[in-house]
Amino acid sequence: MQPIISVRQLGKTYASGFQALKRIDLDIRHGEIFALLGPNGAGKTTLISIICGIVNPSEGSVIADGHDVVRDYRAARAKIGLVPQELTTDAFETVWNTVSFSRGLFGRSANPAHIEKVLKDLSLWGKKDSKLMTLSGGMKRRVMIAKALSHEPQILFLDEPTAGVDVELRRDMWAMVRALRATGVTIILTTHYIDEAEEMADRIGVINKGELILVEEKAELMNKLGRKKLTLQLQGPLESIPAALSGYPLELSADGNQLVYTFDAQGEHTGIDVLLRRLGEAGIDFKDLKTSQSSLEDIFVNLVRERA
Amino acid sequence: MNIYAIRAIYLFEMARTWRTLLQSIVSPVISTSLYFVVFGAAIGSHMNGIDGVSYGAFIVPGLIMLSLLTQSISNASFGIYFPKFVGTIYEILSAPVSALEIVAGYVGAAASKSIILGLIILVTARLFVSFQIEHPLWMLAFLILTAITFSLFGFIIGIWADNFEKLQLVPLLVVTPLTFLGGSFYSIHMLPPFWQKVTLFNPVVYLISGFRWSFYGVSDVGVGVSLGMTLVFLVACLVAVWWIFRSGYRLKA
Repeated sequence: MQPIISVRQLGKTYASGFQALKRIDLDIRHGEIFALLGPNGAGKTTLISIICGIVNPSEGSVIADGHDVVRDYRAARAKIGLVPQELTTDAFETVWNTVSFSRGLFGRSANPAHIEKVLKDLSLWGKKDSKLMTLSGGMKRRVMIAKALSHEPQILFLDEPTAGVDVELRRDMWAMVRALRATGVTIILTTHYIDEAEEMADRIGVINKGELILVEEKAELMNKLGRKKLTLQLQGPLESIPAALSGYPLELSADGNQLVYTFDAQGEHTGIDVLLRRLGEAGIDFKDLKTSQSSLEDIFVNLVRERA
Repeated sequence: MNIYAIRAIYLFEMARTWRTLLQSIVSPVISTSLYFVVFGAAIGSHMNGIDGVSYGAFIVPGLIMLSLLTQSISNASFGIYFPKFVGTIYEILSAPVSALEIVAGYVGAAASKSIILGLIILVTARLFVSFQIEHPLWMLAFLILTAITFSLFGFIIGIWADNFEKLQLVPLLVVTPLTFLGGSFYSIHMLPPFWQKVTLFNPVVYLISGFRWSFYGVSDVGVGVSLGMTLVFLVACLVAVWWIFRSGYRLKA
């Protein structure tokens, strides 16, 4: 199946000389939730802005649902909805009017039934006649999502949708994103909350300093890069790691009560069995043990640090 | 053609007008009425007519032009500047709309607003002085053409401005002086010969002269020249707008 968005050799250098994107290639699949991870200033918003037509690319091209976003912008943009990072709304408009405005702007005839459904889905129906300036930040965020969904887009961009959002709204938003995906909408979200990507995404791309350093299925990524840790709770504190165990990647906690062994869960030989035998030989007893898989956060931090 | 988008922008902008009715319509009407009280009734009654037209009636076209120019510029410049300022411009830029459609929406609304305002002032003026309109169709044509041209000019200013000061700068330092010196309150034949020549470099002279001709059949410069100059300015603004959208100037980083 053709990718719904195909980014080719896309680069952006701002007038200041700052190179925000360095010839990126990326394919987004039909109907997936794609999470774009990266630290601040990595180029996430620039990438989204180019696809949506807010920023002109310096080089390269983007095809969205078969349409070049520059040459055939009309057809491309009609398919796309964007929820930007900043909360920008017209203070004096009502919720109903601003969402209806968006639908018209995107070239769709009025459809009160659809607007009503969107507002109800986002728990905004009760506020439909309220002026935007009277709404809380969380409500404004919902309004911006409603605006983006007003013209029934096939592709939805959510730029940091849950930045500064309370837990409840965050849950609602995740549920909404899943419900949208179930209707066939492709969703691209940027975030620097890694748990969000872990929770939501089918695939994950990591962007840093204008380069896409990794694109992977989430599950595969977690497997591939996932390191496991074995934590041993010792019977008595150790002053230092015994010489007999010096060949192992071991760390001793500050109080000497914990020994942490890091290993590759995918490896043929994890080395756990040998390590435990050696511990016995060295006369080190432990009262408890646990293993844990590193989170996406650890993976991400490692990736970005490696390239720094 | 994305008619729905033009309609959405147009109605959005017009809604802003009704919301700010006092500022949009009432205040220019009040200030124009004051001009009539002072220049028309009080001072005008002691003055000789110009070109056979009583002074009070003579200034009617000039006053309407004054409001038309300043309101067209301020409506259109604010209309596009504000979304840029608060950031809601993202939606316009990401929508499937062409430059032409964006301009049609914003400039159409700004021009409509100042045309309505011009007509209200015309009616208000009738309460103070009596006058006739010899060429009503030409009067409307000049009114509409000028409103569109200066709304385009305002749109350009709104895009160019990156702070509120700049937004006020051009109307205050350029347009208001040019309008006052462009024959709103006098015929340029009343100036010394040297200044008559200088004043011909003021584009507003042609607008006011042509507009006044449509009322009284008298003008400072030929009506064809007036029409020509208005069209030249219109085309210049269109070229500037075309360039803005082509280059992404101040809109797309």
